[in-house]
Amino acid sequence: MLEPVQLAKFGVTELEAQHALDRLNVRDIDYADLYFETRTSESVSMEEGIVKRAAKSISQGVGVRATAGEKTGFAYSDELTKKDLEIAADTARYIANSPQGASPVPVPTQRRPTRDLYPIERAKAEVATADRVALLNAIDAEARRYDPRIKNVMASFNTEYKVVAVATSDGTLVGDIQPLSRLQITCIAEDGDNRQVGSFGGGGRVGFEYYLEDNRHLSYAREAAREAILNLSAVDAPAGVMPVVLAGGWPGILLHEAIGHGLEADFNRKKTSAFSSLIGKRVASDVCTIVDDGTLPFRRGSLNMDDEGTPTSCTTLIEKGILRRYITDKLNARLMGIALTGNGRRENYQSVVLPRMTNTFMLAGESDPQDIIRSVKKGLYAVSFGGGQVDITNGKFVFSASEAYLIEDGQITKPVKGATLIGSGPEILTKVSMVGHDLKLDNGIGTCGKDGQSVPVGVGLPTLKIDEITVGGTQR
Amino acid sequence: MHQGQRGTEPVTITNGYAQLAANVLTRAKACGATEADIVVADGETFSVQVRVGTVDRLTKAREKRLGLRVFIGKRSATTSTSDFSQDSLERLVADTCTLARAVVEDDVSGLPDATQMATDQPSLDLYDETVLDTETQIDWAKRGEAAAFATDPRITNSEGAEFDSSSGRVVLANSHGFVGSYKSSNFSLSVSPIATESTTGAMQRDAWYEVQRKFARLASAESIGQEAAGRAVRRLGARKVATKRVPVVFDQETAGSLLSNLCGAISGYGLYKRASFLLDKLGQTIASDLMTVYDDGRMAGGLGSRPFDGEGLATRKNTIVERGVLRSYLLDTYSGRKLGLPSTGNASRSVGESPSVGPTNFYLVPGLRSAQEIIGSVKEGLYVTELIGFGINMVTGDYSRGACGFWIENGELAYPVEEITIAGNLKQMFKDIEMIGSDLVFRGRIASPTLKISELMVAGN
Repeated sequence: MLEPVQLAKFGVTELEAQHALDRLNVRDIDYADLYFETRTSESVSMEEGIVKRAAKSISQGVGVRATAGEKTGFAYSDELTKKDLEIAADTARYIANSPQGASPVPVPTQRRPTRDLYPIERAKAEVATADRVALLNAIDAEARRYDPRIKNVMASFNTEYKVVAVATSDGTLVGDIQPLSRLQITCIAEDGDNRQVGSFGGGGRVGFEYYLEDNRHLSYAREAAREAILNLSAVDAPAGVMPVVLAGGWPGILLHEAIGHGLEADFNRKKTSAFSSLIGKRVASDVCTIVDDGTLPFRRGSLNMDDEGTPTSCTTLIEKGILRRYITDKLNARLMGIALTGNGRRENYQSVVLPRMTNTFMLAGESDPQDIIRSVKKGLYAVSFGGGQVDITNGKFVFSASEAYLIEDGQITKPVKGATLIGSGPEILTKVSMVGHDLKLDNGIGTCGKDGQSVPVGVGLPTLKIDEITVGGTQR
Repeated sequence: MHQGQRGTEPVTITNGYAQLAANVLTRAKACGATEADIVVADGETFSVQVRVGTVDRLTKAREKRLGLRVFIGKRSATTSTSDFSQDSLERLVADTCTLARAVVEDDVSGLPDATQMATDQPSLDLYDETVLDTETQIDWAKRGEAAAFATDPRITNSEGAEFDSSSGRVVLANSHGFVGSYKSSNFSLSVSPIATESTTGAMQRDAWYEVQRKFARLASAESIGQEAAGRAVRRLGARKVATKRVPVVFDQETAGSLLSNLCGAISGYGLYKRASFLLDKLGQTIASDLMTVYDDGRMAGGLGSRPFDGEGLATRKNTIVERGVLRSYLLDTYSGRKLGLPSTGNASRSVGESPSVGPTNFYLVPGLRSAQEIIGSVKEGLYVTELIGFGINMVTGDYSRGACGFWIENGELAYPVEEITIAGNLKQMFKDIEMIGSDLVFRGRIASPTLKISELMVAGN
């Protein structure tokens, strides 16, 4: 079991934290918290067959926040002295122009997280640079061995080791240790003037040994090489409305963009989301059940607790097509009078908490994936994607395929060049007619951006058929 | 107007950082570094968001960071920290040297030659000592949002208005003895209103913003709010269109995104990794002969201006494209050496990372036509005002992005469109630029006037 993270790790005493929370205790303040963070990030990267770069960064600081009604006052500091905490507290409480509150702030009680989803010893998270170099060298060799047309291999291995503690005005003091790593590979294939790119990667809240298990790192290298070689023979993508079959796993980014962001409580409280006031209404066909689950062991999007100290949970967003829940942080849950789901997240001590996704995926259906493909006369089979984006207000979203094929008469035929798919969030899932029994989670590469803040997330999907969506290729 | 002056310029702190940098460099030498450079940055930021008339969020902070890069022969590593205590810096230097010893030798790695370091450091008008009090900044955001609501009754909601101000200082020093520093500031207002169609309840969001180095140069809060409202309202009733190949007019914002794609394609790092669609094209025609592009690092008050780049080389004005012919890549020392070319003074450096390449003030020289004349030249086509998604393949130039804007019929904007994509290949798109507008305005480091591309595939119904 996890040892409780002590404030002493940040050079702060509990008394100093208590004192800062007291300073935030003015009458109109509903809630205040202090978020302490130390983050060590390391990366090594390789290109042209040599591991050229190594980098390490250390950051430490505190974010101080107070909320009053809809208002948030926020300050942060990279110094953790008593004086700095006081200045930050004074800034944060500026939003509530009111005298000192009558009832004292409860003394925070040290808690420990209720579970340990990523029990990794620090020693295993901190691997000698030489081992990382060896890992990348093996990847380069494997990708080039896959096909002589692979002309360049770029690979990077990044790790992060984050220690956090949250002290809140509702009386808790809880910490967590959050390891995270990711291996990413990009291959360039050349055949005469034809040059193409392929990428693959994976990771999670896992130790270094994860990448070596069953030579996982080499299989990533082969996947990146395979995609680049495949794209050498890709034809132009079609344009227009057609049926699209999404493969399982990473194509779950569809759910993240089309549905997930629109169900974040802040947009719904402000009624700026295309999903505002749709709770209890049908937003998907009855084969669709979608959850956000922050409790999966070792997953990139998982957390023992969110950044407000709330334990993460598995929240059913859409149940058999009916919209059930929004995902919340403390501020929005309080203002909307709905339950906490453990989705209050922040990129770091320098950013404010927002309701964010963790691991978002659709539960398995009953169709055979082969039958799904066979049901399409002319359409697209999309296996892997680059990024996606959504306009929350009108619900329009895009995501861009990096590996896709034509489906002709129920058969997968030629690979096609990447194309953007565009649709409307509240409508797209009503057009899902078949869901496979093959739920797959992604490999652990997702990073979600919102309000300029990046946080790690996961997605997942079974093979799925969308009856019609606009494909943005160049060919009629 | 409530405003004051920042106190006496804290020269001592700059000197303090210069001394700190000198100490760290000495320490690195003692640890075995043959060359090193160090970046120290600090700053203050203030931000207020107002939503529907009340303060939604107020943020204030000071921050500082130090980045160190060492070379041990041809090996190098980079580190950073926000902890400036002597203990922490000693550990940082030792860690950096250990990391550098663990990587492989790279023949072209190293600092720029000592003779190339910047010898002049002009001020470039990047810093405004105006200090705004909290109430003034809240007032700006409130007035911007209120103006949006007052512009049109269909503005019914808002994602808010945000006023930001920041100022900071950068000190760069290296083992050649170079020490440079400059201060800069930014003031910005953005307003994001939401318009609702009364019949269907359908919502559309848009935004308008302005960023300036000097507070006095900001347009009025009211004019920014009004522009934002007009942009949101005009999107109401947007529909899809049939899939077809048509001329496409890009407004200033979306044309700027095409220029940033060009920037990416001529960045030295993409080129030597062979990950660009513009390999080996120096001296060749890559675009329409209407197209001339400059990158000017010393434009007074420019949002991308700086007296020296991320390695301490003097910034300058480079001709990138001259009447369609590619004249220069964007290079730092490393990528230049890989390509056998000198640096173009485009090293960009975030503290704690090794240099990469970035534009300074990168812009397309304006033509003579107004945006209206350009739209007027299109019988049937698309006027794009927003692009979403990441459907650009920098290796091949394949381009496919989500778009919204207006359908053009007989030279007029006929109705708003959405949920469509535009697709083509950037190599061809730059050659197919048929008209360039006269409306160049700098709202960021990359700027373009309106432009027209003769034909792209628009996918819709």
